[in-house]
Amino acid sequence: MIENNFANNNSGESSSVQLRQLKPSFSSRFKEFFIRHLQVFFYSLGLLSRTPFATLMTASALGIALALPAGLFVILDHARQLSGDINSINQISLFMKKEVSKKTIDSIQKKLENYPEIAQVKHISRDVALQEFQKNSGFGDALKALKNNPLPDLLIVFPSLTHNEPEQINNLLTELKKIKQVDLVQLDIQWLQRLYAILHIGQRGVLIIGSLLALGVLLIVGNTIRLAIENRRSEIVVMKLIGGTDSFIRRPFLYTGFWYGLLGSLIAILLVNLSLIIINDPLAHLSSLYDSHLFSLGLMGINVSLMLLFSGCFLGLMGARIAVGKHFKEIEPK
Amino acid sequence: MIQFDQVSKRFQGGNEALSQVNFHLHPGEMAFLTGHSGAGKSTLLKLIALIERASTGNVIIGGKNLNRVSRHAIPYLRRNMGIIFQDYQLLYDRTVFDNVALPLIISGFSSREVKKRVHAALDKVGLLRFEKKYPITLSGGEQQRVSIARAVVNKPALLLADEPTGNLDPDLSREIMDLFMAFNQVGVTVLIASHDIPLINQLNKRIIQLSHGKLLTAGNGS
Ligand SMILES: Nc1ncnc2c1ncn2[C@@H]1O[C@H](COP(=O)(O)OP(=O)(O)O)[C@@H](O)[C@H]1O
Ligand SMILES: [Mg+2]
Repeated sequence: MIENNFANNNSGESSSVQLRQLKPSFSSRFKEFFIRHLQVFFYSLGLLSRTPFATLMTASALGIALALPAGLFVILDHARQLSGDINSINQISLFMKKEVSKKTIDSIQKKLENYPEIAQVKHISRDVALQEFQKNSGFGDALKALKNNPLPDLLIVFPSLTHNEPEQINNLLTELKKIKQVDLVQLDIQWLQRLYAILHIGQRGVLIIGSLLALGVLLIVGNTIRLAIENRRSEIVVMKLIGGTDSFIRRPFLYTGFWYGLLGSLIAILLVNLSLIIINDPLAHLSSLYDSHLFSLGLMGINVSLMLLFSGCFLGLMGARIAVGKHFKEIEPK
Repeated sequence: MIQFDQVSKRFQGGNEALSQVNFHLHPGEMAFLTGHSGAGKSTLLKLIALIERASTGNVIIGGKNLNRVSRHAIPYLRRNMGIIFQDYQLLYDRTVFDNVALPLIISGFSSREVKKRVHAALDKVGLLRFEKKYPITLSGGEQQRVSIARAVVNKPALLLADEPTGNLDPDLSREIMDLFMAFNQVGVTVLIASHDIPLINQLNKRIIQLSHGKLLTAGNGS
């Protein structure tokens, strides 16, 4: 409507004047809209590549901010899976009194194996235990000097999977303590419960750290975009003078925020995976010492990576959006 | 095309830059806006370009009362005007071509159209050979011609210029004024603020004279 005003006026008032307001066709504008978006998309990337050092510094700051919660999340996720595994192989150790004979122990084992709560009972005789200990501890020669084997017989009770809840285990425990030949009943359920509690705190911690660092990312991008707007103040004024709409002038800044977010999250993925690679070797060694199957944190899963990429880009865009919304209105031609 | 109806502009701080200005510039007309420094020439042009708003009175451009133009509509209105400044207001990190292409890109022309029209505009101001250069490598007169090419590239009905020759020597000034005359010849309405009285007197066009914010003479038009 507005665009036609001048032209109408002209043709009405003066026949010698032939003015047509230049206006692209609708289909042309529609098509151009996407092409221009793409161009601005890459133009803003081009602007960033003109100052590679500054860009890399900002992107690295974003990367570190994103890597921290992401890395913690990966570790916590593994710890949770691992604790789940441990839970299913709950075991109770019954240390027998020294004077109990092998025959009595065999009968106790048989009796226990008939309990519905118990899946399996394994007997580790004091002789076998001593041999193991000599082999693994490195104190072999010192132990050989001992006249008597100091180790007790050991019955390892594996509760059945259907009786694996903490409460049921506790009931079983009181039951087992009643056996008078048993010296000591030991269950590692307490540390499991503590581990769960710690993991729970850890999850909250990741949430808090994640939120704080997400805010940090917003602030970093926001401030960077604010500076970019400040640097291009005269350009923005010129754009406004020649009829650029706010959304047109804003666009490169928003895409810049997006690129920062993308670069930042790519750097974060790199950092997290690098850290995992560094940790995995000693971790495998540690797990071999525990005689368990080789344990590894692996690399960052595709889901977590995608989540990180998405959050990075989103935060970058949001940070830019906030900066643009706050600092754009002040810049007007004078 | 341009109608001022009892227009006053008072800036914060109390001084009245324009008071009770009335005049009418018809489509296809060309006029010079003169007056001492501080007379209100720039302020008058800014009211037309909606860089400032009138305190009282009506500014009517192409039939549109600017008092009723919302902030959102300003860019679309400005696309109908070419605005030229004493200091050129070019983007120095872009080539001459890219500078002149900006108004077309903003309006969403296709690349082919952009190229065609930018070349036409640069040809008109005689700078086609400089299209790949950066503005900083050009002389003042050439930079001003780039800004004129940018102002006319989407064929606006109205050209506004604020001291366009203020930084140029007499010969270059004359060349720039001749360019404006040429655009006026093909029907563009032109309003130029200038205090280069000797040059203006040579050109034999309507003169609107301001003094201390008041209209002294509105020339032959109104
Ligand atoms: N933004 C502003 N705020 C306050 N006073 C202003 C502003 N712009 C211009 N003025 C005043 O308005 C008067 C007219 O200024 P201007 O239109 O720039 O005159 P000219 O262009 O004719 O030299 C001057 O007294 C100037 O100081
Ligand atoms: Mg002035």
